[in-house]
Amino acid sequence: MATVAVTAPPESRPRKLVNFWRDGDQITHLVTLLFAASVLLVTVFLVYELWIHSGPSRAKFGFSFLTGRTWDPVAEKFGALPFIYGTVLTSFLALLISVPLGVGAAIFLSELAPPKLSNACTFLVELLAAVPSVILGLLSIFTLVPLMRLYVEPFFKRTFGFLPLFQGPAYGVGYLTAGIALATMTFPFVISISREALLAVPREQREAALALGATKWESTWQVVVPFARLGIIGSIFLALARALGETMAVTMVIGNDTGIHTSLLAPGYTIAAIIANEFTEATGDIYLSSLVELGLVLFALTMVLNAAAQLLIIATTRRGSRQD
Amino acid sequence: MKKLILWITLLAIAAPLAASAETINAAGATFPAPIYQKWFEDFHKAHADIQINYQSIGSGGGIRQLTEGTVDFGASDMPMTDDQLSKITKYKVLHFPTVLGGVVPAYSVAGAASLKFSGDTLAGIFLGNIKKWNDAALAKDNPGVKLPNEDITVVHRSDGSGTSFVWTDYLSKVSPEWKMKVGANTSVNWPVGLGGKGNEGVAGLVKQTPNSIGYVELIYAAQNKMEYGSVKNVAGSFVKADVASVTEAAAGAAKDMPADFRVSITNAPGKNAYPISSFTWMLLPDKIDDATKKKSIKDFLAWMLTTGQGNAADMFYAPLPKPVVAKEQKQIALIK
Repeated sequence: MATVAVTAPPESRPRKLVNFWRDGDQITHLVTLLFAASVLLVTVFLVYELWIHSGPSRAKFGFSFLTGRTWDPVAEKFGALPFIYGTVLTSFLALLISVPLGVGAAIFLSELAPPKLSNACTFLVELLAAVPSVILGLLSIFTLVPLMRLYVEPFFKRTFGFLPLFQGPAYGVGYLTAGIALATMTFPFVISISREALLAVPREQREAALALGATKWESTWQVVVPFARLGIIGSIFLALARALGETMAVTMVIGNDTGIHTSLLAPGYTIAAIIANEFTEATGDIYLSSLVELGLVLFALTMVLNAAAQLLIIATTRRGSRQD
Repeated sequence: MKKLILWITLLAIAAPLAASAETINAAGATFPAPIYQKWFEDFHKAHADIQINYQSIGSGGGIRQLTEGTVDFGASDMPMTDDQLSKITKYKVLHFPTVLGGVVPAYSVAGAASLKFSGDTLAGIFLGNIKKWNDAALAKDNPGVKLPNEDITVVHRSDGSGTSFVWTDYLSKVSPEWKMKVGANTSVNWPVGLGGKGNEGVAGLVKQTPNSIGYVELIYAAQNKMEYGSVKNVAGSFVKADVASVTEAAAGAAKDMPADFRVSITNAPGKNAYPISSFTWMLLPDKIDDATKKKSIKDFLAWMLTTGQGNAADMFYAPLPKPVVAKEQKQIALIK
């Protein structure tokens, strides 16, 4: 009798555990928590690896790595400024072209176009977004570069040649060409996501605006677009992320020159491009760790720009009406 | 139906087992990769039990993987430096030259065929000192050729490569200014010019851009029928690169070949020697613990130096000169 009484409590414990596991919510909670944690873990691990492997370069150059303008593998003297400049400039050019184009196209597709045309275009846009960047890069070399050299760049030089932005020889490759190649890569993202955001705007909003006597365009521009603002900004920053990290297509058309030039027609370099170009043949610890440090710089750059994005969203939300 | 699936499953499991050969892993230079792949395939046909896997990840990567001990042997377009060798303490690294390649100046200038370049002129162009095609130095090298009064667009490799090493090594030898300002490496701080990725990137830019000059591997120029110039050698004659003139450069250098084969043969003596030539090397440890693996590797090296050399020229690689082969055959015995 006594033995039964003693063994009873251990029996009840597994039962509790079973009950716990039967509770679907708990399991989902745990599993999704693990999934979410893996994102954080991968990020932390990435930073850790970049930090450790860039050690020799950080020790040797310190903060002067960020401001250094020479990249000389023979003398083992490395500075990241030309690459930071090239990365920011080409991404900015890409957004300058792809955002008005993409948002405009999204407005047309979601608000104005007949549904049949809209669906066909959306399908094509999504197809365009799936084209591998190396294909677009090759295409750029053989079509975009000659076009730029023969027509676009001479036109800019003739028309805006008095500006330092459009001086120097027209090689066909350079910051501007890279920006245009990046724009073709990013604008499908802007269209696709902005269109989704615009379609998600409740019908009542449009009806209310029209009921107040707004024209179709006034309702679209003053009511629907502001309402979908968060989604549109989101699409822009996704495009920015893609532009910052793009490698193959950029290195094929940017000219790969380690100088800093004011002219948009001049050849330049981006962080991702030089890592891809020189990593395989990098010999020597300082050389290799400098390339890893460039990776760290790119990571930091992406963080800074993402933070700026968040701030921008907060700032614009305060000015306009809150949606939540 | 079930039986069929069973058989397929069994076969899928058994197939790799049946072919379970001695697997040797190697990694390194991309420049000789096409002939290495062919050699490993041919050798596998002759010796079904030996399978050599080669990853063409670049010379730097080959040296790194050899240092870390993740491959059985490496391959490189430039000999290892003393500094790199000192990092490997477990064994000594033996350099085996395998084939030769040349690097040629490719250009596109309207109306100018078969241009000639002296070393000084090439260095001047790539330093940015010679800016126009009708510069006096170019006119002197090319008497009777009418060169245009146009700016020269220089094109170089943007990715680190053995090709760039050979090119800059040559320019360092012929121009003190180049040696002081730029130097020789797989990537350098180029004073002027556009960077193209890979041979195809440089070739693409040169073909498209009027009045441009770049450099590509001889094999690449030959296979793609590109226009390339001849280069003045030590003996003072302008030589156009081909398999014979590249081998001649190696023969000229063979007399003073150091015992460890770590030699640069750019600017080599010899009347018909092409001056921008180079060996490419396999890098082997001199101590291999696994006895069967050691025998397989030694067999392969012996085969490569005899039968293998035979099909080099078909693929536009220059075969090794006889004295070098004889010296290397002796070196095989050093693998213990």
